[in-house]
Amino acid sequence: MFWTSWLLAGLAIALAWPVPVFLSRASWPARAPFAAMVLWQAIALAGGLSMIGAMLFWGLLPLGGNLGEGLEGLRRIILGQESLDRLGFIHTFALSAAGLLTVHLLFTLWLTYFRINRQRRHHRDLLHLLSFPDAERPDTLVINHKAPVAYCLPGGSRSVTVLSDGLMALLSPEELRAVLLHEQTHLAQRHHLLLWAFAAWRAALPWLPTSKLAQRAVSSLIEIMADDVALRHVTKSTLVAAIALVASGSSELPAAALVGGSGEKIDTPATTSARLSRLLTPEPALGTGAQVLILSGALLLLAAPTALLTVPGLLH
Amino acid sequence: MATLGDLERAVMDLLWEHPEAITANSLRDLLSGRPSATDTRPLAVTTVLTVLSRLEKKALVERERSSRPHRYRAVTSRAEHTAELMLEVLGSAPDREAVLARFIGTVSEGEAATLRKLLGHD
Repeated sequence: MFWTSWLLAGLAIALAWPVPVFLSRASWPARAPFAAMVLWQAIALAGGLSMIGAMLFWGLLPLGGNLGEGLEGLRRIILGQESLDRLGFIHTFALSAAGLLTVHLLFTLWLTYFRINRQRRHHRDLLHLLSFPDAERPDTLVINHKAPVAYCLPGGSRSVTVLSDGLMALLSPEELRAVLLHEQTHLAQRHHLLLWAFAAWRAALPWLPTSKLAQRAVSSLIEIMADDVALRHVTKSTLVAAIALVASGSSELPAAALVGGSGEKIDTPATTSARLSRLLTPEPALGTGAQVLILSGALLLLAAPTALLTVPGLLH
Repeated sequence: MATLGDLERAVMDLLWEHPEAITANSLRDLLSGRPSATDTRPLAVTTVLTVLSRLEKKALVERERSSRPHRYRAVTSRAEHTAELMLEVLGSAPDREAVLARFIGTVSEGEAATLRKLLGHD
């Protein structure tokens, strides 16, 4: 138990700081976006599990030699059959912290879901009053606005892709197709679920480097994945033209000016330039061997804390 | 058959065209006067009232209770609603990315320079 708690603590620290910093600086994720995405999910999940696990194990130390004995002892203390003195102040503190962190993470996940859904519902209400369905494309709405804007609004069977007049005037039919393919990939691959989970992770632990870096990486990776799917149907130059046209059209209408020119610093990762440079100077996809290695690493990362947590007496 | 959502839009369109408050009865008449491709049955005033109360709940419509029958009007103009919608799309609220996914996210000034360089415009 003693060594398990220290092992988990070590893993938690590694996953909270050096590993994500290292990964966020690596250049290979753009060459293997899927593997990178799985790895980020493993880091977040294993990080959370080992944080909770380390405190839980250390807290249970005085109660027994393994997790089963420890939990049994805790049950008796909670039921009043044994005195809390057996735990002592520091171990009680660790156990409370483990419990609080668990509740905090789950509650933030739920709260983020609730908040995102409420914003989507509000947006959908307005959208349906102000847009009209596209004559040629199903599940596509058009809004009257000169800013070139395309986005998708997830919502199960009511998911829609939205285009502005400005965008349709700016792009050729083929470029428009690239944009639509990109947006429909977000919906088809359920990218909003990833964004939700990582937004919650960041909201729960905003001071941790890993949560911020993970959210940025994931929001960048989903764009790369959507671009890759679009590239199966349109040429690279078409997609580059679409990105360049929409980006230059958007930068004339910066969000800061719309928000009221308060000059607040917008904290956005440079996703668009990363996408563009990846398309203009392509690098070959990472070899299958390397990708398998990364995926196995991610699996191991998840398996380690899970095994330490669930297999009693694995380490004494 | 026209769905409730379609009716909501038709009602809002009318209210935006008529800035002065208007009764449910006149709204019904205006709606019935419109050529509807799918629905030829006459529209009941109760249906219009249902739609109006839904829109009122969404804070899109307000009711003048001083007169009988009540008169209804849009809370804000169409242009203001469009601006609000675009603000939600283009804004940089922390959760915005998870709410809806834009083709091109917010481009900072520094990034715009990088983009120009990449595209050989500099």
